[in-house]
Amino acid sequence: MQKTIIRANTPWWIIDWRELWEYRDLIGIMTRRDLTSAYKQSVLGPLWFVLQPLMTTLVFTVVFGKIAKIGTDGLPPILFYMSGMLTWNFFAMTMNSVSSTLTSNIGLFGKVYFPRLSIPVVKILVNSATLALNFLMFLSFWSYYRFFTDATMPPAWHMLAILPILFYVGTLGMGMGLLLSSMTIKYRDIKFFLPFFSMLWMYASPIIYPASVVPERWRWVVLYNPMSWAVEATRKMLAGQGTFDMTQVLMGGVFVLVLLVFGLFAFNRVQRTFVDIV
Amino acid sequence: MNEPVISVRNLSKMYHLGTINRRTLTDELHYGWLKLCGRDPVGHMGKLGEKPKDRNPEFWALRDVSFDVQQGEIVGIIGRNGAGKSTLLKILTRITEPTRGGAVINGRVGSLLEVGTGFHPELTGRENVFMNGTILGMKKREIAAKFDEIVSFAEIEQFIDTPVKRYSSGMYVRLAFAVAAHLEPEILLVDEVLAVGDTAFQKKCLGKMTDVANEGRTILFVSHNMGAISGLCPKSIVLKDGCLDFGPVSTDAAIEQYMQEAKQLLDCRLADRKDRQGEGKILITDFSITDKDGCKLESAICGKPLDFRFEYTAAEGAELTDITVSINITTSNGVFLTLLCNEIASSTFPHIPSRGILICHLDKLAFAPGLYMLNINIQRRGVIQDWIIGAASLMVEAGNFFGTGRIPPSTHKGVFFEQSWRVDKTE
Repeated sequence: MQKTIIRANTPWWIIDWRELWEYRDLIGIMTRRDLTSAYKQSVLGPLWFVLQPLMTTLVFTVVFGKIAKIGTDGLPPILFYMSGMLTWNFFAMTMNSVSSTLTSNIGLFGKVYFPRLSIPVVKILVNSATLALNFLMFLSFWSYYRFFTDATMPPAWHMLAILPILFYVGTLGMGMGLLLSSMTIKYRDIKFFLPFFSMLWMYASPIIYPASVVPERWRWVVLYNPMSWAVEATRKMLAGQGTFDMTQVLMGGVFVLVLLVFGLFAFNRVQRTFVDIV
Repeated sequence: MNEPVISVRNLSKMYHLGTINRRTLTDELHYGWLKLCGRDPVGHMGKLGEKPKDRNPEFWALRDVSFDVQQGEIVGIIGRNGAGKSTLLKILTRITEPTRGGAVINGRVGSLLEVGTGFHPELTGRENVFMNGTILGMKKREIAAKFDEIVSFAEIEQFIDTPVKRYSSGMYVRLAFAVAAHLEPEILLVDEVLAVGDTAFQKKCLGKMTDVANEGRTILFVSHNMGAISGLCPKSIVLKDGCLDFGPVSTDAAIEQYMQEAKQLLDCRLADRKDRQGEGKILITDFSITDKDGCKLESAICGKPLDFRFEYTAAEGAELTDITVSINITTSNGVFLTLLCNEIASSTFPHIPSRGILICHLDKLAFAPGLYMLNINIQRRGVIQDWIIGAASLMVEAGNFFGTGRIPPSTHKGVFFEQSWRVDKTE
């Protein structure tokens, strides 16, 4: 028999993973709902999932590559911008959608109980599915450059490095999102601040420019930015040159894990009674 | 005795009254800055920067409530508005956490606090059934197994593959209730959902609840409808100002206790009543019964014309258009009798002055002699402005309703109808 214990001040470090697993059907259905309802009643439907980043890439290629003539470290411009958008979009969309978990689902949370952590899990699944589509598109562009042009590209197995990179990016987005979500409950300002913050972060990451063009005195911005590590790693992977510093990789990994755990605890602490104060 | 299914111990819930968390990050930073500089932040920032705790008095919605519910019991929860009934259910369904104390629940809990939560307008009825069912804690295959039953209970077979945004509100509610009614929890928590849908559907819902009860499952039922409570629940508890006032005892005893207190409250002026719900932009301040010439009456007379007069005041800036006023008349035991409502009988008030008297005129009062209770509710476009249960009592005295000078025996309660009699001969 299922036994529920209701108590005051549940410790913030107790997260009921078993219960979350019990609700896996809900998580699955919500993920499908988010994916299918997003583009219902639009002519192109799910095609928008790939069209949006494709159009951004084209705009970037024209504006930053052709007009502003920012270099791409010898990579084909389309691949350069597309790889940047691939990691950045995954990160930013995860962070943004997870950060609004508590505020935008208050109607639901206030009326029925289910593990509140289900929503961030749904968001990461939805974004991973979008990412998978984008990655397929990226892969087809990459194959074109690799096999049908004389651009010098490393062998295909190098592309496997994308998996740990994306895992890192997802963890970073999730950790940031959970942290912001628990803060938004107390400070609504964050909701208004977030789009600006996210834009600023994008320009502080080498998405539309290679890290090599950053002047010496701004280097630290790129150096201490956990997103730039991921973007730079992707570029190195594409070019097939450059080395990975093991201490940096380890530091990055530890950093995002600590951030995720911290975010989970903060979220868990706030979710217990947040319906009372919204 | 077996271990109780629900065991509540010293359950308490505290809220801060007033505006909490309206402070912004800049206030907070300002506060922190002043503190850093060694100045007194509260004094410097005035009302803006006060710590919420300094400014907001505590309010205990529940205080040390303890009770046990055994397997298969159906327990009603009775209490005035603001007595803590909803807070109790919110804690038992884990929507929020108690401030002190706790509870142990053995078995799967299902709740009908609000039907249709999580319905997504773009999705079809079918998709929403699955969505809603899993939100309520069902497994996908359980829903699939009951899917046909749910759809036929809701009577929307034809529209099940239409997005619910195209549903009428009736269809929407029916489908939502059907899903909720088919989840098979060991413990069901119900809050006044029976107020949804048309009468036929309500009957179906009550029937479903009785079925659930007969299957030996445990139900906690919150309602203002004493008729429904006494029909369904053998036992009840009474909450008063967040404390357990009475119970669990037999429902009749609980209702009697509750109505006794309701009668005491009647001595309180309406303007001073605290047990009200709603936005509060329009508030009822006084009630009286008058005859057709506007003379105040202590009691009404059966068969005579009558005015119910509710004085109200509106807060500054309150919107005063499209006002719906309802008077809900119950017996002195709280059993619902009839509804007087301007929106149903004629139309909403398109515009009301900021102070005034809402008058409901009856040509001929048709209640049998006895004591009745009035609940009043003012709404603007579906948003409750003021709602007082047991706002006033109505004493009805025997009168010449039928114009014959004869009156029914005083043991016959209820309402009167004008009637004519004849006899037809059969071959």
